Amino acid sequence: MKQTNEVWGFFASVRLAIFTLCSLALTSIIGTVVPQNKPDSWYVETYGPATAQFFQVLDIPDMYGSWWFLILLGLLSANLIICSIDRFPTAWRLMNADQLAIHPDRLQGMAQRQEWSLPTPVGDSAAQLGATLAQAGWKSTSREIETGTLLFAGKGAWSRLGVYVVHISILVIFVGAIIGSFLGFKGTVMLPEGESTTRIFAFDSSTPIDLGFEILCDSFTVDYYPNGMPKKYASVLAVRDNGREILKKTIEVNQPLTYRGITFYQSSYQAYKDFIVSIVIGPDKVGKVFTIPYQQEMEWPEKNIRFGIVNAEGMGDRVTRIKIWMKHGDQTASTFWVDNGKDAAIPSADKTITVSAKQMFATGLQVAKDPGVWLVYLGCCLMLIGLYVAFFVSHQRLWLLLRPGKDGAGTSVLLAGAGSKNQSGFARSFARLAERLQGTHP
Amino acid sequence: MTSSLLLGITTFTYLLATLCFVYIFVFKAYRVYSFAIAVTSIALVIQTAGIGLRWYESYAMGIGHAPLTNMYESVVFFSWTIALLYLLMEWKFRTRILGLFALPFAFLAMAYASFSTGISKEIAPLVPALQSNWLIAHVITCFVGYAAFTVAAGLGLMFLLKIHKSGGEKKGGSQQLLAAIPAPDLIEDLIYKSMLFGFIWLTAGIITGAVWANSAWGTYWSWDPKETWSLITWFIYAITLHSRYTRGWTGKPLAWLAILGLLSVIFTYYGVNFFLSGLHSYGSG
Repeated sequence: MKQTNEVWGFFASVRLAIFTLCSLALTSIIGTVVPQNKPDSWYVETYGPATAQFFQVLDIPDMYGSWWFLILLGLLSANLIICSIDRFPTAWRLMNADQLAIHPDRLQGMAQRQEWSLPTPVGDSAAQLGATLAQAGWKSTSREIETGTLLFAGKGAWSRLGVYVVHISILVIFVGAIIGSFLGFKGTVMLPEGESTTRIFAFDSSTPIDLGFEILCDSFTVDYYPNGMPKKYASVLAVRDNGREILKKTIEVNQPLTYRGITFYQSSYQAYKDFIVSIVIGPDKVGKVFTIPYQQEMEWPEKNIRFGIVNAEGMGDRVTRIKIWMKHGDQTASTFWVDNGKDAAIPSADKTITVSAKQMFATGLQVAKDPGVWLVYLGCCLMLIGLYVAFFVSHQRLWLLLRPGKDGAGTSVLLAGAGSKNQSGFARSFARLAERLQGTHP
Repeated sequence: MTSSLLLGITTFTYLLATLCFVYIFVFKAYRVYSFAIAVTSIALVIQTAGIGLRWYESYAMGIGHAPLTNMYESVVFFSWTIALLYLLMEWKFRTRILGLFALPFAFLAMAYASFSTGISKEIAPLVPALQSNWLIAHVITCFVGYAAFTVAAGLGLMFLLKIHKSGGEKKGGSQQLLAAIPAPDLIEDLIYKSMLFGFIWLTAGIITGAVWANSAWGTYWSWDPKETWSLITWFIYAITLHSRYTRGWTGKPLAWLAILGLLSVIFTYYGVNFFLSGLHSYGSG
């Protein structure tokens, strides 16, 4: 029996919590100075084979998922669960204690205390004071005791549960994280404009993951600041399920698209050396879009048009102007520049051919499915609420002991109070309430 | 009138305020106290105007954003929050000598921001990842936490000084100097309160960072060095919250924890950007 009590006591102890938090803090440092998730060869190159071998044994390259780190987290969870089970009954008892069973002598010992006399008999005084308390926002209960009448009013008893809310919130976050890591995935895909895919690639292992539906990149645009830095980039994505287009949305960084629990985040992009050229023949407005490589002659046989990108100007890998060569049937070929993404109208015989050209990009998407994320958010909210309640809401208790006055008539009143937190604040509000009860303040 | 001019003036005004407190402490000239508080308040007002002007200047340049996005802006905001929290604590608790221990941090931060050649004061456009309202929530909550931890560390220093010198039977000058520092019990209570305040704000800071990361990248936690170090800092202060329930951990250990915590804060804020690599090396702090 004593053995189990000792073990229980150990797991319920605050010292274990301090030890575990210290251990988590110290070991976490390792993962910040030793870069994580690099290929094995990198560690051999950087630290030498002996140290790399040592790292492998302790799973340092992925230390936050390592067996020993998870054991520490498990220890913390056990500590949280057992200390809560251990102390909750007492807190519950204190919360629901029969405050009217208090021994009157204890009231004399309280730090917040005031005494005065009233001319009315005990019964009337009790009713009067009860009403004034109610007006001041304190609901009271009363009981006849040996020496007179005892009234009690309390507030914030539930604040004693705050610490349990905090501790449980941590466990809720852990459960959410576990659910996410088992039932979810994280991956990326680089999707060129105009193309679609049904698979993405997992972050760490690069194994393909089937989406269960098709995602298409309709188009991609990027705006730049005058200094050449990207200002905004966005993709128009379309979701196709069973061949039908379900939804179409423009996503940008910080504004993702979600479908069937899978979310697509605009994370990066890649410039290609290919171009998207659109040719529209007016006035009939017959048009076609082509994806063509650089400096290669292309054909639109039905309309007898040959064209190509012969030159391009740019900054880095970003194209700003495009030189197009186009020959319509027997007409003389024309060459002209367009700004990236813009078009030019070329008269040809009795028609007007509008040609636009745009650098092709691939949109870099991060893709994630995390069924546990809402549980994690719930845990976070609970933690903030719990911290506030645990540290800033106080369990305040007031007693009024009414006894018959010295001469038999009238009432002798003793007001006593206790607050579990913020003693100076409680002292101030106690003084104000005392004045109000004594009738000096309305 | 530019924001950097106003913020430069702020630096010297904080210096003046710190020197006033040194004078008060060394010469026991308590009448100078009101003047010192006035100087601090004026510095804070000028600093607020400077920050506001910089916000306006960014809009005038066509790249408008809240001034919280790079190392310079964050250090200035850090200093501002320290001064504000110090004034609020002083108004509520009237420790009088706290200025000597808290204001040097506000001054040092501004001096670093204003005069160091290592950080750029330019108002730069925001990369798409930073264009989010979560930026403001995340930066503000984290820095209010950091500032509270800085004040706690200053109080910790005060505590250690008081009990170290009072312990010995020193007579004369040094005993009288230390009389200006309030009783250890009072300081310890204030250390605890400021750590607690900081802890709640840091918790909110970590949470807003996680929610933002999830809406930008699909991961609320990726053990990035910055994230991990903020968690390490969080663990340290979580330990201090439990110190009241563990015998032997109140008093001196608490003061040392306050200082250790600040070291962790500084590494989280600054060290990670410069010594370690990772997602957060935007240099925004």
